[in-house]
Amino acid sequence: MNTRSVRYALPAVTATALALTLTACGGAPAGGTGSGKHNPDATVSIGSLYEPQNLDNTGGGGQGVTEALHGNVYEGLFRLTDTGKTEPLLAASHQVSPDGLTYTFTLRDGVTFHSGKKLTSADVKYSLERVIAPASQSARKKNLSVIKTVETPDPKTVRVTLSQKSISFVYNLSYVWIVNSAAGDLRATADGTGPFKLGKWTRGSSLGLDRFTGYRGTAAASKKVVYRYFKDAAALNNALLSNGVDLVTSQQSPDALDRFKNNPAYKVTEGDSTTKLLLAFNDKAKPFTDVKVRRAVAAAVDDKKLLESVWGGHGKLIGSMVPPTDPWYEDLTGTDPYDPALAKKLLAEAGYADGFTFTLQTPSYDPHPTAATFIAAQLAKVGIKVKINTITPDEWYTKVYKNKDFDATLQEHVNDRDLVWYGNPDFYWGYNNPQVTQWVDEAERSTTPAQQTELLKKVNRTTAQEAASEWLYLYPQIVVASSKVSGYPLNGLNSQFHAFDIKKS
Amino acid sequence: MARYLLRRSALLLLSLGLATVVLFILLRMLPGDPANALTAVGATDEQIAAARAAIGSDRPLPEQFTHWTGQLLRGDFGNSFVSSLPVGPEIATRLQVTLPLTAAAFLLAVLVAVPAGFIAAHRRHTWYGTLLSGVSQLGIAVPVFWLGMILVAVLAVNARWFPSGGFPPDGWADPAEAVRSLALPVITVALVMSASLIRYVRSAALDVLGSDYLRTARALGGTFGGAMWRHGLRNASVPVISVLGIELASTLLGAVVVESVFALPGLGSQLTTGISQHDYPVIQGVLFVSTLAVLLIGFAADVVQRFVDPRLRGGLAGGAR
Repeated sequence: MNTRSVRYALPAVTATALALTLTACGGAPAGGTGSGKHNPDATVSIGSLYEPQNLDNTGGGGQGVTEALHGNVYEGLFRLTDTGKTEPLLAASHQVSPDGLTYTFTLRDGVTFHSGKKLTSADVKYSLERVIAPASQSARKKNLSVIKTVETPDPKTVRVTLSQKSISFVYNLSYVWIVNSAAGDLRATADGTGPFKLGKWTRGSSLGLDRFTGYRGTAAASKKVVYRYFKDAAALNNALLSNGVDLVTSQQSPDALDRFKNNPAYKVTEGDSTTKLLLAFNDKAKPFTDVKVRRAVAAAVDDKKLLESVWGGHGKLIGSMVPPTDPWYEDLTGTDPYDPALAKKLLAEAGYADGFTFTLQTPSYDPHPTAATFIAAQLAKVGIKVKINTITPDEWYTKVYKNKDFDATLQEHVNDRDLVWYGNPDFYWGYNNPQVTQWVDEAERSTTPAQQTELLKKVNRTTAQEAASEWLYLYPQIVVASSKVSGYPLNGLNSQFHAFDIKKS
Repeated sequence: MARYLLRRSALLLLSLGLATVVLFILLRMLPGDPANALTAVGATDEQIAAARAAIGSDRPLPEQFTHWTGQLLRGDFGNSFVSSLPVGPEIATRLQVTLPLTAAAFLLAVLVAVPAGFIAAHRRHTWYGTLLSGVSQLGIAVPVFWLGMILVAVLAVNARWFPSGGFPPDGWADPAEAVRSLALPVITVALVMSASLIRYVRSAALDVLGSDYLRTARALGGTFGGAMWRHGLRNASVPVISVLGIELASTLLGAVVVESVFALPGLGSQLTTGISQHDYPVIQGVLFVSTLAVLLIGFAADVVQRFVDPRLRGGLAGGAR
């Protein structure tokens, strides 16, 4: 799913409802060059703000469970690379029937679970059915509901029949953990096929991963990985400064960066994230029903200045919902320029020459209050008065997301490929363009990725021209690490954090 | 004394029962629905209804209450809504952080504050007596989280003598490592606690110093130290004991702040996480344990006071209690 608000500190933890909206995974390139000799028996400590609520990603484990277990403990039939490409992982090969409805997967040989059991097609069937089961809280449940039947003609073959064509099917499969069908309750235990097996989990504190010696491929570079959990970015940075952790999965406090940048004991890297900060209009509520009004607001806000003040020059401007790592990315920043004169002209054309007043529902945690104040000041210059209403994540979920009772709101949308939500007129922001809805549907039923990409580019351009929302900026993905470690993911797209290549000297 | 203990125990149980009802009702008045925390954004109404049914939050309140208290009587704290793991064992694990932290901080504070308070009273006209009073006055104004952050910056981040936060993944398996993790939080809490304790000890000591019986004792030939030991300490300790009880209880409850500064997996952080997730069984469990602890501390303070001061027992001076 595509909204999530738990990104910052203690108050943000309240956003459990939103935190459960799991994010995607993206294979990440090995980052950072280490100094010194690699110690294969090392324990790597990773500091994170996202503790899993339980260890099951179909049971509302939250973002943290993806970060710690995805790719490390559990593997899928496919995995996503850092550039957004889908690669086979537990599937050795697959064929698609000419009508695009039947997928036949052949499993890789010699795969065993941590418990010692051999991987068979029955485990894959079980894992797929688990995701779409009625009780499943999986973020991908809706996408994968196109699965009609899963058959297992032999232990090495899985045949999946879809109810309708779905070009994203293989991509969506990269979200599905293949679990041992005999494992039972996976909320506090784990049995996967990845390079690490679950170590000790101390709730509220840490989660350990131990190298799985029976791994079929390249063994994990370190003997142990321990995720240590913190509730705020300051505590996390202190732990890094006092050698309590070796690296931090995602730096949330730009103010602290200078302390690391000018210190040879640390390395700071910046990759691409998929997290967009949105000023989302209620496109079904006046005056935002009018394209001109939406464009006027977009033109009146200086995104660059906002990004500068919040992230001090890190991050990127985007003119639409599409981050550079999505296949249908185009630079559309020109469609959404900062131009107060244009804003005034558009307002006059729309019949609001004297401006208007609206309420901005603002989640209470960073960076929303800062962004809201900034936006209010900018819009005041073109005569638009903004009333800022600060709300908790829980209220946001009920008032804005469920009841759609708002004029405009601020929110982070973290997932890759979430442009498609503009094709759903019932989504909270209420954007309704039947042409766009049709393109989104057709894109999903495409025969080739090229066809899909072409259609979604059209969606991208149209939503940008119609200022369906105001896309303020794309977050940076900053990893700060001790110079003793190397091989960590730079982009860590969405929430995953592959730890198996991390080396420590 | 036996009758008193019996009556006091009955009162304790009654208070615990009342507190249980109150905390149960107050929790249900919190805005927000625990089912939201269990379902993904975009969940259908059926999914949310299923989540409510799964955790039993759709059942009538009296039924939920009797279910919970019934479990409690069997020593079962129920299962977390969010993780579906049992709450009781988790509370026990987290007490392994919070109890040593509170107890050590309390002991350290008493060890510092009792002598310091007496010195501040007895030597109030010297420079160090004045300094002690001044510093303790200042200490009362210092917030725990601020002091904690300063100590982290100085002793953990710069000097690297202590870890800046967290608790060893293996808990007390390596006691030295566990003690090192708790050192800074203990010092932080003890410093803040002793500041206010010094004030109380000082004023109790001042009362004693100006009392007739101490003058009499010295007039009868006792040394200051001897008179203080035989009569002064005992009298001064009566008001101090109730303050100690209150301090101990508030430290236990105040663990939330220091645990969050030092990223400790204690009872306090369990409570804040539970609250943020509307995880009623967790919140109820933690609050129940804390309430019980606070009531027990009050009970102990009363009993110790009666033991120390015979007047409270016989109803001679203070009247029957």
